[in-house]
Amino acid sequence: MKRRTILAGAVAAFALTGAAYAQDKTKVGFIYVGPVGDGGWTYEHDQARLAVEEEFGDKVETIYQESVPEGSDAERVITQMALSGADLIFTTSFGYMDPTIAVAAKFPNVKFEHATGFKRADNVSTYSARFYEGRAVQGHIAGKMTKTNKVGYIGSFPIPEVIRGINSAYIHAKKVNPDVEFSVVWAYTWFDPAKEADAATALIEQGADVILQHTDSTAPQAAAQKAGNVITFGQASDMAEYAPMPRVSSIIDNWAPYYIDRVQAVMDGTWESTDTWDGIGPGMVGIGEISDAVPADVKAEALALKDSIADGSYHPFTGPLKKQDGSDWLAEGETAQDFGDDGLAGMNFYVEGIKGDIPN
Amino acid sequence: MIALEKRPQPSQLWTAVTPLLAVLATMVAGGIMFAFLGKDPLIAIRTIFWDPLFNEQFANYSRPQLLVKAAPLILIATGLAMGFRAGVWNIGAEGQYIIGAICGAAVGLAFYPTESVLIFPLMVVAGALGGFLWAMIPGVLKVKFHTNEILVSLLLVYVAEFILASMALGALRNPEGSGFPGSRNLKEYPPAYNAELLPGTGLHWGVVAALVAVIFAYVLFSKHMMGFHIRLAGQAPKAARFGGVQPARLILFCLGTAGALAGLAGLFEVSGPAGQISIDFNVGYGFTAIIVAFLGRLNPIGILLAGLLMALTYIGGELASFMLGVPAAAIQAFQGMLLFFLLAVDVLTNYRIRFGKREVA
Repeated sequence: MKRRTILAGAVAAFALTGAAYAQDKTKVGFIYVGPVGDGGWTYEHDQARLAVEEEFGDKVETIYQESVPEGSDAERVITQMALSGADLIFTTSFGYMDPTIAVAAKFPNVKFEHATGFKRADNVSTYSARFYEGRAVQGHIAGKMTKTNKVGYIGSFPIPEVIRGINSAYIHAKKVNPDVEFSVVWAYTWFDPAKEADAATALIEQGADVILQHTDSTAPQAAAQKAGNVITFGQASDMAEYAPMPRVSSIIDNWAPYYIDRVQAVMDGTWESTDTWDGIGPGMVGIGEISDAVPADVKAEALALKDSIADGSYHPFTGPLKKQDGSDWLAEGETAQDFGDDGLAGMNFYVEGIKGDIPN
Repeated sequence: MIALEKRPQPSQLWTAVTPLLAVLATMVAGGIMFAFLGKDPLIAIRTIFWDPLFNEQFANYSRPQLLVKAAPLILIATGLAMGFRAGVWNIGAEGQYIIGAICGAAVGLAFYPTESVLIFPLMVVAGALGGFLWAMIPGVLKVKFHTNEILVSLLLVYVAEFILASMALGALRNPEGSGFPGSRNLKEYPPAYNAELLPGTGLHWGVVAALVAVIFAYVLFSKHMMGFHIRLAGQAPKAARFGGVQPARLILFCLGTAGALAGLAGLFEVSGPAGQISIDFNVGYGFTAIIVAFLGRLNPIGILLAGLLMALTYIGGELASFMLGVPAAAIQAFQGMLLFFLLAVDVLTNYRIRFGKREVA
């Protein structure tokens, strides 16, 4: 009898400490589409997770799951994370949109943050970065640097975010080099080093001497390095290990300030469902060091372009611009709307001059 | 010296014991790997094998999920096993799964937003038919032109993936999705939604279909003439011909059945757990099912158990991944070990180990 009391006491004590533990720490979960070592997209999200740990120390516990497929598995993984007691869960890829919404409906007390999507709920926020601002700077450098006038572009999936990037890079390359041509290869993956390397090699063999990528691994960088005389840009992450050549600059996703803000809001009880879409100005998009492989005047122009985007005096999608089919999109001086018909959020057309069709 | 001696007949005892032995060997080898990664091996093993079933926090959700995850594997593997037994190597179940999902979802979406109880049954028929027809391509080519069905069925997977991408971006794209790829979510369209039959059990029509398929296959193999023909064709092709087996009919039957079952699996997945046609809707069930089929010794009951075991390692692996911070790659390696040991210990079923010098006969 006594032993049983002691046992019961121990169980109660354990349950208590368990509860106290759960109350003390804010538990933050992250769902990643690639491995944390991808060197690109997922790597940067994980860096931001580490920044959250750094910022809050003992007050926060972070958990993550990498390489979660964007199909029906995602819903189970997110559910299990919510069941494990997470207070806030970041789902960091477009394909997690519907699963995030579905799980959020079952866990009204858990907050969710979905990256790059457009569906929100009382406990689901969305956030994304205006990567196309960085693409403008990239396009400018690419247009100036290419000698063959052929720029290869490795696309992941033909979704608005990727199409925006292609358009922005093309517009700004064309502006400084009217002869420039873009070839787009669709890899249909966010992370597959073998496929990405194949795509880069194929583009280089077709004469491209600039490779832009919207996939997450460093394989295209390695392929360009092997080919020699081909320049690349770090994608999502700085990829500085390939500087100064082939990597001449990069677009860096900096999620840390946003993640820290949102975790703080959950701690303070001030979290609300919001839609955030920040660019170079607020620091969510960074331009990596432009290497010495780029001539000083080109570098200066690129930095001036970056500054004008950051302070809002220039919008990368400023008219006059036409669509690929020749129809009008933006009139002289008009800038693109975020939402609505022909808005940036749902962009599904190329601008005039890009060859090839968006897979459909 | 250690020698292997072929048993006159596979050992009954070892057939039963080897799977357990393999699981134990995996626990030991996997435990060593986890220890090297700086994780407590006992906790890691417990998280993978125990927590999905019995952990208070998760089990109520994870246990039903085993059925959800295992159902498509079992459904596809049961179909594949028929062909494998007959020596018909359908490696393209993934493609048949995709086409089944597309056809089924397309039928459902075509009726949007009308309400009728007939919509879901029609989708089921369309899904099965889609998978069946996709499997008929390698089937007819093999029968008519003696092409290799391994190659044709495998390559058709890539064709199916491109059709899937094209559907998600084009014909089946959600008109209210702001230009984003992916179809409407069938979860929000009740007549086409493959919901749980009993809430909280994970039991959807796909699970029912998987169980029916297992029973059907069991009866076919043990009682029906077709099952006998299948086994005969696999074990003694020449005898099969003399025994009145028509190879062409057999090939088409095996590929067609496997295709239809894979198509059904795709339909139940897209209308249930996945909810929508998206570019990366398929996650490799068609390939994993090949492993499940062999793990289950091409036996329907074995496949049922093998499917559940695979599902357990997936779900347990996910738990270990985020609760213990085990890298996803380590989980995959762990699953690989399980398959490796299962196949390795199979030797004991068919061979006897002899110690000492080999005797001269």
